[in-house]
Amino acid sequence: MSTIALNTSSAVGRAAAGNAEAPVRIAVRDLNFYYGDFRSLKDINLDFYDRQVTALIGPSGCGKSTLLRTFNRIYSLYPEQRADGEILLDGQNVLSSSIDVNELRARVGMVFQKPTPFPMSIYDNIAFGIKLYERLPKSELDGRVEEALRKAALWDEAKDKLRQSGMSLSGGQQQRLCIARTIAQKPEVILLDEPTSALDPISTGKIEELIEQLRSEFTIVIVTHNMQQAARISQFTAFMYLGEVVEFGPTTKMFMNPTKKQTQDYITGRFG
Amino acid sequence: MDIALQHQASTEPTTAPAPWGRVRRSRHVADRALKIICTLFTVLGAFVLGWILLMLLVEGIGGLSPAVFTETTPGPGTQGGGIANAIVGSLILTFLGIVVATPVGVLAGTYLAEYGKSSKLAEVIRFVNDILLAAPSILIGLFVYMLMVQPMGGYSGWAGGVALAIIAVPVIVRTTEDMLRLVPGSLREAGAALGAPMSTVIIKISWKAARAGMVTGVLLATARIAGETAPLLFTALNNNFWFSPTLMGGVANLPVMIFQFALSPYENWRELAWAGALIITMSILALSIVARLLLRKDKVR
Repeated sequence: MSTIALNTSSAVGRAAAGNAEAPVRIAVRDLNFYYGDFRSLKDINLDFYDRQVTALIGPSGCGKSTLLRTFNRIYSLYPEQRADGEILLDGQNVLSSSIDVNELRARVGMVFQKPTPFPMSIYDNIAFGIKLYERLPKSELDGRVEEALRKAALWDEAKDKLRQSGMSLSGGQQQRLCIARTIAQKPEVILLDEPTSALDPISTGKIEELIEQLRSEFTIVIVTHNMQQAARISQFTAFMYLGEVVEFGPTTKMFMNPTKKQTQDYITGRFG
Repeated sequence: MDIALQHQASTEPTTAPAPWGRVRRSRHVADRALKIICTLFTVLGAFVLGWILLMLLVEGIGGLSPAVFTETTPGPGTQGGGIANAIVGSLILTFLGIVVATPVGVLAGTYLAEYGKSSKLAEVIRFVNDILLAAPSILIGLFVYMLMVQPMGGYSGWAGGVALAIIAVPVIVRTTEDMLRLVPGSLREAGAALGAPMSTVIIKISWKAARAGMVTGVLLATARIAGETAPLLFTALNNNFWFSPTLMGGVANLPVMIFQFALSPYENWRELAWAGALIITMSILALSIVARLLLRKDKVR
C-alpha cells in the first residue's frame, strides 16, 4: 500500500501541472443517466479544460465509462439508455435533439478499451473516417493518412505495409491505429476509454507518451483503472463513486492532498 | 432379473471389501458402454454414407462418357445419348434461384441482425423463417405452380428458378444473421464513434467483417437447391430436348431427369440417371469444400 502511494506521488511530479486558466471546453451540468430504470449517473457537474488531459478514476461500476459515453452520445445506439441534463461543448448542448449525432461524433473522437481495427487495410482504416466528411483528392488523402500515422507514432512501423490488413498489427499497434484513425478526422475532443488496459507495459508506455503529445492539440478525457497512469498523464482528475463525482481538481492536488477522505482511501488503495 | 439382483446384493458385501467399490465399477461400465455405443453408431452412420458414395461412384463412373456432356437426353428405346440439356438446365435454374434469393436473404438477414434485433417483428420473422426452412419442398413447388405456372399458362424455367429461390432464402437469411451476430458490437461502436451513419457501418464494416461467412451461406444454399427435385416437378418440369431460350415451357434439369430415368425400363436411361446423380453430388461436394476453405481462410486471417 505504501509502495502504491510512493509510486503515485513520484509520478505526479512528472505530469505537467494543471492549468485552470485554460478555457472550459466541455461543461457538464446536472447530468443524469439511466440504463432503463436504473439511474447510474447522479447530477454530475464537471468542467473539462481546453487542451488538458482529464482523468476519470474510480472503482468498477462507478459510472466513469458511462459519463465518457455521453460526450459523443454513443450510448444512443442502445434504445434503453438515456441521459438528461446538459453537456455543453463550446456552449452548445450536445444532448439537444437538434444536434446531428454523426457530426458530433466527428468532433468528439473516441478510442475504446479493446483495439477495434476495421477489417480493411491500414490505409483504409484511417481514410474511412476522413472520407465520411471530406472529399479529398488522392494525394491530399495520402498526406492526411501519413500525418495521422506520424502523430500516432505508428508511421515508421506501418509505412511499408499500408495495404495490409489492420488486423495484422500487434495489439499495441492496433490501438495506435485506432488513435490515428480518430485524430485523422481532426476532432476537438478525444475520449479514451481505458485505452491501455488490454496492452502490455511497453505498448502502454508508448500510448501514454502519445497522449502527452496530443495534449497540445486536443482536449482529452481518459477513463483509467490505473491510478499511476492517471497521475502520470493527466492534469486534472475526477474521482467518481456510485454514479457521483466525489472530488475534482488538479491531478497534483488530488494525489498529494485530496480534500475528501474517500478520495484518499481510494488513491492509497484502501478500497476499490 | 429381480432374483438375480437380490442375489448379487446379498453376496456382494462379503466379496467386495471397499464399501463404494461396487458403485465405482458400475459407473466405469456405464462410462465405457456409452462411449462404445456412440462410436458404434457413428461408424454405422459413416458406413451408410460411404456405401452410398461408393455405389454412386461405381454406377456413375460406368455411365460417364463424353457423350453425357454433349448430347441431349435420348428417346425411349434409342441407344446412347447424354444429359447435356439437363446439366445446362440445372445450371440455369440454380443460377436463377440464387440470383433471386441472395439479395432477399442477405437484406432480410441484415435487418434481423442489425435493425430488428430482439423486436417483436424480428422475432416473428425469425419464427416464420425457421418454418420456411423446414417446409416440405413439394409444398413450395405447389405454391409456385399456383403463383406462376397457372397465370403464365405453362411450365417455365422462371417458375423453377423462383421455387428454388424460395428454398434458398431462409438458408441465406439464417446464415447472414448468424454471421453478422458474430461481428463484435465494439466494431460497430467504433464505426459509429467516427460519425459513420448506421448504413455505412453496416455496409463498410459489418458486411466486410462477416463477408466470408455470408459467402459461405450463399454457397451452401446453392448446394442445397442444386439437388432439389420436388419444387421443380410442378414448375420447370423437365424436357427431353433443348429447351427454349426464353425458358418458357419445360426446362430440362438433373434432379427431375434422374427421377424419371431411374424409374425407366431402359438400360441407357438408368445409366444416365446414375451419371447425373454423380455429377450433382460432386458439384455439391465441391461447393461445400470451397465454403469450408473460405471460412478457414477467414479464421486464419
